Parts: sequence; structure tokens; C-alpha cells
Amino acid sequence: MTTLTPVLTANWDQPDSFTLDGYGDYSAARKALGMDPDAIIQAVKDSGLRGRGGAGFPTGMKWGFIPQGDGKPHYLVVNADESEPGTCKDIPLMMANPHSLIEGIVIACYAIRANHAFIYVRGEVLHVIRRLQAAVIEAYGKGLLGENIFDSGFSLELAVHSGAGAYICGEETALLDSLEGFRGQPRLKPPFPAVAGLYASPTVVNNVESIASVPSIITHGAGWFAGMGTEKSKGFGIFSLSGHVTRPGQFEAPLGITLRELLDMAGGIRQGHRLKFWTPGGSSTPIFTDEHLDVPLDFESVGAKGSMLGTRALQIFDETTCVVRAVLRWTEFYAHESCGKCTPCREGTFWLKQVLKRLEKGQGTEEDLSTITDIADNILGRSFCALGDGATSPIHSSVQYFRDEYLQHFEIGGCPFDHAASTLWGGK
Amino acid sequence: MSEEGKATVNTGYAPEVRARLERDAKEIIGRYPKTRSALLPLLHLVQSEDGYVSDAGHEFCAEMLGLSKAEVVGVSTFYTMYKRRPMGRYHVGVCINTLCAVMGGDQIWDELSEYVGVGHDEVTPDGEISLERLECNAACDFAPVVMVNWEFFDDQTPESAKRLVDDLRRGEEVTPTRGPNRLCTFKEASRVLAGLYDGQAGEGPPAAGASLEGLKVAKANGWKAPEQ
Repeated sequence: MTTLTPVLTANWDQPDSFTLDGYGDYSAARKALGMDPDAIIQAVKDSGLRGRGGAGFPTGMKWGFIPQGDGKPHYLVVNADESEPGTCKDIPLMMANPHSLIEGIVIACYAIRANHAFIYVRGEVLHVIRRLQAAVIEAYGKGLLGENIFDSGFSLELAVHSGAGAYICGEETALLDSLEGFRGQPRLKPPFPAVAGLYASPTVVNNVESIASVPSIITHGAGWFAGMGTEKSKGFGIFSLSGHVTRPGQFEAPLGITLRELLDMAGGIRQGHRLKFWTPGGSSTPIFTDEHLDVPLDFESVGAKGSMLGTRALQIFDETTCVVRAVLRWTEFYAHESCGKCTPCREGTFWLKQVLKRLEKGQGTEEDLSTITDIADNILGRSFCALGDGATSPIHSSVQYFRDEYLQHFEIGGCPFDHAASTLWGGK
Repeated sequence: MSEEGKATVNTGYAPEVRARLERDAKEIIGRYPKTRSALLPLLHLVQSEDGYVSDAGHEFCAEMLGLSKAEVVGVSTFYTMYKRRPMGRYHVGVCINTLCAVMGGDQIWDELSEYVGVGHDEVTPDGEISLERLECNAACDFAPVVMVNWEFFDDQTPESAKRLVDDLRRGEEVTPTRGPNRLCTFKEASRVLAGLYDGQAGEGPPAAGASLEGLKVAKANGWKAPEQ
């Protein structure tokens, strides 16, 4: 049986966890600033830490891509634009434990030789922004940011930058454009940010949880981190359970834990109901069903079953939920958030929405099912960024697992579900 | 354009307001290696003055950053948090993304919108309450979620949401679930978003409710991360 491993969440129940007094003295950063920067990159590589923002790219390798001795300024930009539907881990992490992120930023910047870092945080989370602002002020006050940190000769400026409501800015190159003061639209890659990122300089863009995990790796060692998780998906991560669960919440566990194990800890599906479908890592990851309760939640195992680990955002839906309604709503989201730059995504999500609306009302035909999968096929892989790809995940996977439910809608000329039964207060 | 014309089109702000905004703007611009990066914060700043991004606000940002007004408008219209007309003193958002919608967000929106009498991005005639249909606000474990001036109101019902709006209208003190003791106004919130800290981070819990479920289970079972 897999057990929980609170590291980043361990102090969340302490009343002063978000202050320096409650957090600690940045001993990992102190240790790191006495090390060779390349040794830090190597340690992060050895730990096996992979990006916690969804894509799972090895963090140490990303750091290693930054050209050294190039005479250009380097930047670290923390992606705190957590907006993927279902994803709700970085927000509580920054609210309760902002110093783990800032300490990680100090270490990461020292490793990649950056003297300027930014936290790009979504704007719609005011108190989280306050906690970050206060933590940054506190760190400056104690000499943990600014000039000559720990008398090491290393200096670092850190700014908290609030976004303004655009899911697309979670895409790293759109985020950089936004941070430069433009509309948040993705750039064509290559060049990758490691070569031409912020202000066309070498830039690392990392997720909040990735960076916040770094101090623990420096303190306890790469071997300690790599000792958790699975062979290729090492370490711990925060798993977010939401929806029709008895006790939804944040569960920090080694990668490779299963939904069955997590549900046991969360009191199971809400009483009197059973699991119907779920997302392993947010709405952009193809849905799973009750067949997948024992799939180890690591990058490889989830991928082998046709989905993606993503951000470990486990949105749980019971048998009262209409899958067509769920997919329609996700599709409306993607259509709303498509930045409009690439035609397949902009037009495709618009048309998916129209056809799904018809299907949900029971006014569709079987041909509409071919139409939506055909549109999805024409979006997938045909745009600059992964937003359009993500939009196709619920379409393909729902038609794969719940084709009959789509058919049922137009057979009876409407939605066969009572939506009131799905609510927090319904379904009793 | 004549010199005289230049002097009048610059800004609609009174001189003392403008002087204050300029001081704030310069502080914000100073945090960035390149000035244009301050555009999003400056748009939040002018929104904190007017309750929306006004024509004068666009003009002010353009001037401070050496951009054309068209460049500024091109950016502000891309982002949903920048409002094109004044929002209420309390801007109430109901999450209607899939999970919240299913958990009751749709019903909350329908009932609240009817109760308040305004729709998406609309404001009541008295200027107190505006409503918005929100996409996912990263609090899915607290669904259904309502936000007021971007503070969390977790685990809502149609009744609790209507009560919340009543309390706001009556001027009663309202406390977010995970936020400061006192709810600030939409304009005050925009100032924090501009990067001007209001000193209230110490208020409210570090974490609450669902955020702590895993930690509780771990503690009850004596589970910890391995020693090194």
C-alpha cells in the first residue's frame, strides 16, 4: 500500500506556515549557494524531478539547456498561472507555504546563473498574491533576496507579477509574451525559452511545485527524492481530488499511487454513488473510467492507458453526471480561452461547441459524433501550442468510453440525466 | 496636433490623482528590466482608480510606457480581468467550469443572476454588485466556488450565495473562507494586483478545509516522507 508523504504540505496546518518564522531559515539555499552551480543542476537531474506543471519534462535537464558564459542575462520565470480545470494545488501551496517557492527560486537562479526572477501568478487569487508579496518583502528584509545573499556574492531580484485572466498564459511562451506586456499568445518553438525566452534571453520557465520541491532535494539529497515514486516518475507530488468524493482535498504522495488508494484515504465516492469517469490530470487529459482505478498515477502508466498524468488533478464524477454535459462545458472553456492565433484551434473549438450544444440538447445525429471526432482530429497537432490538443482530449475519450450515452441523448431527444442529482446538495 | 491639444488629450485625471498614479506607476515600472513589462500591472493600477480600464486609464498607461494607445487597448481587451465598463464595488464571480457547474455552480449562477437581476459582466444600477461567469479558479476541492473581488468563498449553495450578496449590499462585514478578515473593494483589490501590497497577508488561515485533508490523513496514520 502506498502511504502519503507530506513534504510541501507538511506545515500547512501551522498557523504561521506562510511566514519566515514558521518556514525556517532557508538552510537549503544557504547550502546550495556554497555549492558549484553545475553540481546543483546535476543533483536535480539525479533526483529525477520532472516538471509538475503537466508536461513532466525533466527539470534538471531544462536547467542544463541554459547556455553558460554567453554574456546575456538569464531569467527564471515561475509559472504560477494555475488555471487548468481541475488543477488546484499550486494555489493552496503558495497560500500556505510561499517560502518553499522563494527558497527554490533562489537555488534555481543560482544554478542557472540568473539574477532576476519573476513569479507570474494568475490574477484571480488575491490572497495568494498577498502572501507571495509579503513573503518576498520578508525575504528581502532578511537578506534572502537582493544583494549578496549569504555573503556568497550572488544577487537576485524577484518580482511578483499578476496576470489578468487568460488561461493561455499558462502556456510558457504565451506567459513570456504576457510578462513582456503583450497579449498572451504562444510563440512558435524553436527557439525554446532556454535559448530565447524573456526579452529574447535564456530563460527557464518552471511550475510552482517543481521549484518548491528543489529545497527538499538539496537538503535531503537526490537519492532521497529518487527513492520515492516509480522508476521513471520519481519523487512526490500533490494529488488534488475534487468532485463527487466524500472528503475532497490535497494529498501529497509518491508518484505511482492509484486512484483506488487515494479514494480510500478520501472516504471514497460520496455515499450511495459510484465512480463513473475522472480526469487523471485536468480537463486536457483524456478521461478515465472505473476500469482505471488501479492504474499507477505516474507519467508512464497513465500514458500507456491512453491519457496523461498532467497536473494530478483528479476530477471525480459519479453516475449522476452526464458526460455529454461535462464535455460540452469543457469545450466551451477551450473555445473561450483559445487565444485566436491558430486557425485550427480558434475555429475548431468554436465548431465543436456548436455541435456539442446540439448533441446535449438531444437534437444531434449519429453523424455529429463523426463530425466532432473529425474536427478534433483536425485540431490535434495543428496549432502552435497544446491548448487545442487539450480541447480534443475530452472529445476523443468520451466518445470512446461513452458513445452510447451520446446516442441516448438524441434517441430520447434530450438529456437523460437529472442535473440536480449531481449537485453538492442533491443526490442524497 | 497643436501643443494646446496635447495638453488636453493627455489624461482625464485631476492633477493630484495623476501625480499619485504617476508615483505608483514609476515604482512598478522600476521592478522590470524592460518598461513594457509593467503594462499589465499598470492596467490593474488604473482599474483601481476607476473600477474599470477607462479611456483615460488607457491613455495614462500608454504615456507612462511610451506606447501608442492602440497598443495598450490591444492588450487590455485580451484579458478578461480588465473591464471595459465600471464593475460593482463587489464583483461576484460564480465558477461555471465543468466541475463546479456539475457540483451546483450552474444552479448558483441561475438563481443568483435572477436574484440580483443582472447577467454576466453586468452591474446593478446602484453600482454595488456585478456578476461574472468564471472559468476554473483553482479551488476545485471546494466546489462550488464563488469569488468576491477575487477572494475565495468556498463550498457555496444558492442560498449561501444569495445571503452573501445581501450582506454585501447591507454593508455588513463579510469574511472570505480563505482570505483576510475584511473583504476589500474591487478597486482596492485591483491595487494589490498592480503589485502594491496592502499589508493584509497575515490575516486568515494558512490553509483550511479540503486543503488539509491529506495532511490530516497522514497524521492520523503516522505517515511521513522517508528520512533521508
